[in-house]
Amino acid sequence: MSTQKIISRNTSSDDLASDYKWGFTIDIEEDAAPKGLNEDIVRLISAKKEEPEWLLEWRLKAFRHWMRQNFEEPSWAHLSHPVIDFQDIHYYAAPKTKEDGPKSLDEVDPELIEAFNKLGIPLDEQKKMTGVAVDAVLDSVSVATTYQDMLEKSGIIFCSMSEAVKNHPELVRKYLGSVVPYTDNFYASLNSAVFSDGSFAYIPKGVRCPIELMTYFRINAEESGQFERTLIVAEEASYVSYLEGCTAPMRKSTQLHAAVVELIALDDAEIKYSTLQNWFPGDKEGVGGVYNFVTKRGKAAGRNSKISWTQVETGSAITWKYPSVVLQGDNSVGEFYSVALVNNYQQADTGTKMIHIGKNTKSTIVAKGISAGKAENTYRGLVKINASANGAKNFTQCDSLLIGDQCGAHTVPYIEVKNPTAQMEHEATTSKVSDDQLFYCQQRGIGVEDAHYMIINGFCRGIFQELPFEFAMEASQLLKVSLEGTVG
Amino acid sequence: MAEISSKYPQYTHDYHLVGSDKTETTLLEEMRQPAWTVFNNIGLPTARRGNEKWKYTDVRPIANKTFVYAPNVSIDRGLELKSLENFTPNSDDWINLVFIDGVYQPRANKKILDSVEVSTLHEALENHEELVKKYLGREADYSEDGFTALNTAFIEDGAFVLASESSEENTVVNLVFLTSGQVSDCVTYPRVLLIAQPGSHLSVIENYVSLCESSSLTNSVTEIYVEENATIKHYRICLEKAHGFHVGVSRVCQEADSTFISASFALGAAIGRNDFHVLLDGEGANCELSGLYLTLNDQHQDNFISIDHAKPNGTSRLFYKGILDGSSKAVFGGNVIVRKNAQKTDAQQTDKNLLLSDSAEIDSKPSLLIYADDVVCGHGATAGHIDEDTLFYMRSRGLDAETASRILIHAFAAEILDKVDLLPLGEFLNNIYDEYIPSATLSFGSVQ
Repeated sequence: MSTQKIISRNTSSDDLASDYKWGFTIDIEEDAAPKGLNEDIVRLISAKKEEPEWLLEWRLKAFRHWMRQNFEEPSWAHLSHPVIDFQDIHYYAAPKTKEDGPKSLDEVDPELIEAFNKLGIPLDEQKKMTGVAVDAVLDSVSVATTYQDMLEKSGIIFCSMSEAVKNHPELVRKYLGSVVPYTDNFYASLNSAVFSDGSFAYIPKGVRCPIELMTYFRINAEESGQFERTLIVAEEASYVSYLEGCTAPMRKSTQLHAAVVELIALDDAEIKYSTLQNWFPGDKEGVGGVYNFVTKRGKAAGRNSKISWTQVETGSAITWKYPSVVLQGDNSVGEFYSVALVNNYQQADTGTKMIHIGKNTKSTIVAKGISAGKAENTYRGLVKINASANGAKNFTQCDSLLIGDQCGAHTVPYIEVKNPTAQMEHEATTSKVSDDQLFYCQQRGIGVEDAHYMIINGFCRGIFQELPFEFAMEASQLLKVSLEGTVG
Repeated sequence: MAEISSKYPQYTHDYHLVGSDKTETTLLEEMRQPAWTVFNNIGLPTARRGNEKWKYTDVRPIANKTFVYAPNVSIDRGLELKSLENFTPNSDDWINLVFIDGVYQPRANKKILDSVEVSTLHEALENHEELVKKYLGREADYSEDGFTALNTAFIEDGAFVLASESSEENTVVNLVFLTSGQVSDCVTYPRVLLIAQPGSHLSVIENYVSLCESSSLTNSVTEIYVEENATIKHYRICLEKAHGFHVGVSRVCQEADSTFISASFALGAAIGRNDFHVLLDGEGANCELSGLYLTLNDQHQDNFISIDHAKPNGTSRLFYKGILDGSSKAVFGGNVIVRKNAQKTDAQQTDKNLLLSDSAEIDSKPSLLIYADDVVCGHGATAGHIDEDTLFYMRSRGLDAETASRILIHAFAAEILDKVDLLPLGEFLNNIYDEYIPSATLSFGSVQ
């Protein structure tokens, strides 16, 4: 176990393009495990977190399953990147805290609070944000969760995964891996073996969560991977809206992020999950950036349940992410709204899976892809209608916008229908920003660049409307920042 | 290498017999050797994991079976050519070229024109050696395709069609590849090379017909070169029997301002694969591919269609429709690629499916890969059953359920059938579909 002091705010960002404003690093003492992965590391992570025996066993099973895959990561995606050396990564990095950890926000390292303040995520409850409970996760470890008292009054559990393992082991044991088993895919196996923290939310029967829950993820340590695990359980007739935001400092080396998110909605429950993903995308030459390999899946297990994914993806050098819904309960509903923007050398292969099992299940997919610079953007989505899904309906719309002639926009839908009463429709278009629209704007005195933003914003409007208000504003800003310099 | 050839001992045995009775080394023999080496290295695409090209089609039933190379078996191929008219479309005005169990039947060729040359590859090697050398195998790349490699390794003869500028629009070439059923468990490797010289016009029909009640494999490769300003209308008819396997590879290369219009009809195979690739390699080329597949019982039909826009100002339309009944399965793998400099491309892709039974399955993957920005591309896919409201309307007018559903299914198929503008062919196809189109047996109204 080595202790690292990272001072790289100035050293690494000097020669990198500086238009990624979230690219600062924080000088915090890090408690990191040595590089590489073996059973000892898995045991060490489990021991660090003082986990019960069953969880260690589960991690080891996942690890052994992962090892059997011989470092052969999936290759079907439209992505190209150098081979990832999985033995050259720190699998555990945590901000070094006092012996017993902070009891309240007052005890949290002020530099940490400062770091999250810089990100615009005030952990200080006095300066109330807009009534959003935040769980801040820095390098795999949850550092603070706000508004816990208030949530407890309604019986809602919202805490870090480590705390949940300690305080609510029966819930974690029941649901962990029930939607994304450790055998699911290469990155999910890896995550199951080494996940360090994440958020846990449990909404009891009949409760409508009064405020939005939010987790803010940040990778800080260099050459470390972030493997968080999020689990949200919505009991009968409950409702929760959950937000997720991510940033990382600018590094020349790439960082690996392999998260797993599991959602479970029981009868009549609804989960709304929104993501603003803004990991460091690498500089203009494609150096550095986060490799984002994420497995997100929701199980609409109960009758009339609903799971809705909304994502705005602007960051990461590589995005590999397919938030899915297993529509198991009769009349359940799955939704996927996505804006994926890639610029410079970014590559994204993202989409969704809608698996219809229950009767009269419905799913809607609206995916908007924007490609600029030399980036490659792929929508890859599966709609599967099983033989049991009588009366299932799906509507899919994928639109792609190309800015410049060096980028690519691809659409790869998979449609598998095994039931004749199912109705499914798929539509997709690809085009550039319309010259007519641009002309109209310019003729009204709007500059080329502003006109582009306006048109692109309009293109994404349908998705932004699905986001909670503050998030929508931020998303729109993010889009503008990410597109700077690509037009005009 | 030894491992693969021991996996396919019959192919190995037959390969060594091909051409062994001839003394001269021909171009064809030079092609066979490297293709056989590749086939030995890669075998048939049986791998399931990570095999995107064959994601929904398991070829192990084909790979695990032993097929005898039909032309090696000496039988009497004197099948009454007149009776061909029962299984293939025909007209006195067409130029016919007939192969039975892989062997050319010279008696069938009735008509000779100066403007269109129709012959075997052997004859073509004598008369147009340079052309054959230049084009044969150019687009049918087998480096990663076991079936094309196998076909090329067995290339012994084939059909050759050369249309010159003076060709007239109403010229029709009818190519017939018949599996007679006299040899059981046999394989044939039909090969077609079609060259449409600049400014030429031609309609061509490829018929793959099987009368074989036991299992059989047809592994065909067709190459079509449409040069500047040429127009080709192409029809591909595949009528296999219940135990027949069909893997058809078509490769089309279009040059500037050329037009290629094609319609594919597939019926009957236990496993059928229509692997169709069009490369738009010249500016302003136009391509329309349509297709109709009807699968019954436990049949499996895989359509793997791609259009590659390599040059600017191209137009393409890809339109396939499927009717699925029984516990059959159909696959539509459409792929439209627009390369970096292929600006002003206009590409549309549509796949529509009608599911008539509870256990039928359609897997549709209409993908777009686009690397140019000034393009208009779109695709759409639908799957569903017969519209209940429409059915209700017809029943309220006094039609019984079966008649009404048959009319609706016919109407669904007609959108593709109507694209056939050769009258005898249209009638032939209509009769076939009349015979095979099932009536919907679904109990409608069970879904709330």
